Amino acid sequence: MAEKNKYLIFLGCAIPYRVSAFEISARKILQKLGVELVEMQEFNCCGLPLDPVSHKMMLILAARNLALAEQKGLNILTLCPGCAGTLKKVNKILKEDKALREDINSHLKEAGLEFKGTIDAKHIMQALIEDVGLEKIKNAVVKPLTMLKVAEHNGCHVLRPKEYIGFDDPEDPKTLKILIEATGATCLDYMDETECCGAPSVGISDKVALQLARDKLNHVKVVGAQALVTICPFCHIMYDTNELRIEKMFNETYGIPILHYTQLLGLAMGISPEELAFNELRVDASKILKEAMLEAKDN
Amino acid sequence: MTEKEKERIKASEIDPKFKYEIAKMHGGEKLMRCFQCGTCTSDCPVARFSETYRPRQIIRMTQLGLRDRVLNSDTLWLCAACFTCTDRCPQDVEVASVIRVLRNLAAEKGCIPQVFREQAASILESGYAYKIPDLRIKKRESLRLPPLPRGNPESIRKTLCNVGFVKHIEKKGE
Repeated sequence: MAEKNKYLIFLGCAIPYRVSAFEISARKILQKLGVELVEMQEFNCCGLPLDPVSHKMMLILAARNLALAEQKGLNILTLCPGCAGTLKKVNKILKEDKALREDINSHLKEAGLEFKGTIDAKHIMQALIEDVGLEKIKNAVVKPLTMLKVAEHNGCHVLRPKEYIGFDDPEDPKTLKILIEATGATCLDYMDETECCGAPSVGISDKVALQLARDKLNHVKVVGAQALVTICPFCHIMYDTNELRIEKMFNETYGIPILHYTQLLGLAMGISPEELAFNELRVDASKILKEAMLEAKDN
Repeated sequence: MTEKEKERIKASEIDPKFKYEIAKMHGGEKLMRCFQCGTCTSDCPVARFSETYRPRQIIRMTQLGLRDRVLNSDTLWLCAACFTCTDRCPQDVEVASVIRVLRNLAAEKGCIPQVFREQAASILESGYAYKIPDLRIKKRESLRLPPLPRGNPESIRKTLCNVGFVKHIEKKGE
């Protein structure tokens, strides 16, 4: 069995492309929590983006990553739920379906690789709750964010399809709420919490995508959340990059900063906003930062 | 031809083998279990804002054997793959996966939205679905991030040789 709290980090494509704040803040908190990340030069795209056009190509790309991790004998930790979902799903399918495994392995063989099914892949949220553990996280909180009221957005692929992910309840997810409350902040309930952000529809129908994101921002605003907390690079891009565009398009004002969970936890762990790359956010977060900092001084 | 006439289904359009073809593919196995309750469409986030995308309708057309109508339809590409329909289907039909199977067949016929062509080409070339700008790669140093994995495009291409879709992309790219 692979070691607990030591993983191969899998960045995927969206994070190095345009969501570095997530990577920066995740590395900071994981290091402080004693999680060791090992770099893997050979990883490629998880395969998910090509599933719609070639399931076979997705299977091979995902299996290649899994086979590489098996050679190192380490589990994979991803920041992107899409990558985690794909690697988990393919891991399960290939373990169970011998004929398919043989077919995929005949492709991997061309590059001297073989899928055996000996490791696991986890999203950072799952690793935090299952491997690091809530107690350790709570103990690492030195500046509780008790004055902050935020809302969470899990995104779809960290939870669905349930058959393959098997983590939390997709209809009433609790893990992210528990992790947010560990920072001392309050996590508010709101309407349609589990609704998709719309990101996968960008490029096919921007209109549908932006209306979905607008709905979410409206629901979050109504309950008075000071920020929306995400754990997916695509959901984050969808809200953070598009919030101003949606405000203009629908003549509305939100002013809701979109934080990576790792930034929120980092603040509570006493890491500075600069080190957590708050400056990379498009929607200004200075107002809640000020409150968080004031509060920390009071404590 | 009026819009109404175009919508009318002709017996000659129906291919009774289509549903069996889909049911043989991974993810499409439970297609015939669908009894058209409409849970998928009523819970679909995209259907809320799209006037044309209706997963129930796609499933019914597939059961009926309307091969060309389904595979040539633009709406097929609107699914956001959130898997809400799959998780909530009372008949356990993997609705989103049936749609993925249909998209794969459409892609084999050459119906591939540009965004997927670009991502496939980028993966073959660099291992990443998007071309990561050099500036980003350099910026990692100043942000004190470890170097970006360089991937191994040659090894990726080796594993993908003889995959039909790759040939499709390479041919189009020439």
